[in-house]
Amino acid sequence: MAERRLVLIGLGLAGLSALYLAWGLRAPYGFILGLRAEKLAALIVVGAAAGAATVLFQAASANRLLTPGIVGFDALFAFVQTALVLIMGGAGYATLPALAQFGAEAAILAGAGTLLFGLLLRRGAEDVLRMILTGVILGVLLRGLAGFAARLLEPSEYAVVQQLSFASFTGIDGTQLAIAATLLVLALIGAQRLAPALDVAGLGRTTARAVGLEHTRIVLAALLLVALMVAISTALVGPITFLGLLAASLAHALLGTGRHRLLLPAASLLGAGVLVAGQTLFERAFGLQSTLAVVVELLGGLLFLALVLRRER
Amino acid sequence: MIEIQTLDIRRDGAAILDGLDLSLPHGGLTAVIGPNGAGKSTLLHAMAGLLVPNAGSVRIGGLEMARAPARERARTVALLAQTEAVTARLTVAELVAFGRWPHHGGRPRAADRAAVAEALSLFELEQLSNRLISTLSGGQRSRAFTAMVHVQATPWMLLDEPLAALDPRHARDLMERLAALSRPPGDRSIVVVLHDLAQAARHADRIVALKDGRLVAAGPADEVLTDATLSDLFDTQLRVVTVLGRRTVIEA
Repeated sequence: MAERRLVLIGLGLAGLSALYLAWGLRAPYGFILGLRAEKLAALIVVGAAAGAATVLFQAASANRLLTPGIVGFDALFAFVQTALVLIMGGAGYATLPALAQFGAEAAILAGAGTLLFGLLLRRGAEDVLRMILTGVILGVLLRGLAGFAARLLEPSEYAVVQQLSFASFTGIDGTQLAIAATLLVLALIGAQRLAPALDVAGLGRTTARAVGLEHTRIVLAALLLVALMVAISTALVGPITFLGLLAASLAHALLGTGRHRLLLPAASLLGAGVLVAGQTLFERAFGLQSTLAVVVELLGGLLFLALVLRRER
Repeated sequence: MIEIQTLDIRRDGAAILDGLDLSLPHGGLTAVIGPNGAGKSTLLHAMAGLLVPNAGSVRIGGLEMARAPARERARTVALLAQTEAVTARLTVAELVAFGRWPHHGGRPRAADRAAVAEALSLFELEQLSNRLISTLSGGQRSRAFTAMVHVQATPWMLLDEPLAALDPRHARDLMERLAALSRPPGDRSIVVVLHDLAQAARHADRIVALKDGRLVAAGPADEVLTDATLSDLFDTQLRVVTVLGRRTVIEA
């Protein structure tokens, strides 16, 4: 049953993608289709990365409220961006080859993300409250540092940073996209291989270890994949905090299973689906270009609040 | 057999287990008793190889548990810990199937599925097999977790206060099931942490009595369960009496 729903979700995404490509298509067909296909691919890569990363992160932390953004990943991105502009200068940063910029950012984010998550989970994922608080405080610290670095910037350099701090799906470099997509596919394959072990991890650390799971190794592997996925997506378009939470919650609600073999692909497809649907609506129906990230954040943020408040009762 | 040699386990400098020496032969049902904070749960976790001792060792059939590879360890000893909050959305059948993890590591075979089906039937869980764990009563939940530990098919089964959430009838049922498993043809070695001394008196072949991280007594149940040992162990006057032909423990 859950398997069939996963297939339906996949078909839904295929339908949405076709709609996005075909709606209001005019001559020159080839050129416009090419542009749209590239943007569609970016939406799918980012959505899939966010969805799968959140499901992995929730499995590693044994908490269905968490998403990498909440525990400071976005602040880390802001800090890395600002620091890069500060060190290299606005002009230096802007003239950096797109590929080098993407590669450096993705590598720094993946490394620092692994460190951050490792630090958060080191004292045991059971103490969720402590983990969230540490994450939030580290986030505030990193944002503070980013703010401090921003004050040292020239106004023109500051404008560069300002532009980078919102997710944007316009003007994405084709080569970056191809690399991001390849890395993401590899990470998704890795995540899928971890899926049965992640199911066992859901028993809690002690019981999972008692049935022979190498819990620490599995959690670390999951966190490495999370850091890689979020780094790819963030380096490509910028930070999106709540999309993953939206996708993961939808996947849980629609599939009604705890099996990660199904949850991971479902969350990927749903993350991509939310972005493609939103983009189709805004771009084609309302003629807006850059509001998608804002609206996704708003919806995801509201969902987060709803989840937290429902748990309280 | 399990051989425990001068086992020291400390947490934040305080000794939880203090130079414990103990050996348990294969087979039968052993009850671990003692007041709160005696180190009973810690002893079980150390026996399962989940804690690295500060000194000393736990060996089962020559295998040093704290150093054994995870899956080999879990093919030797199954541990039912005091129930943790399970966050995952799991059905009873999925939970029980996790007990086969040490045997297949994620790729279940026909033999694994057969073992799960057999355990579901043995613990009368067939009707509940598609129910979510979160919707079960305390007794059903306890049965499901015990079935998971059973399906691990290990020579040693350790259970930490499995009666905690059970009413008298379910507690008796579970103890009778465990006692049956500990005799041929099941022939498993079962170690249970019990607070209910009446259940210990009724079902245990051997008793291990702990206090303040030290071994107070270990041996056949009728030798350890005496007025003097129990009163000393729990710092209150207890008496072992026979009521309706059964031994039980009452407060004097």
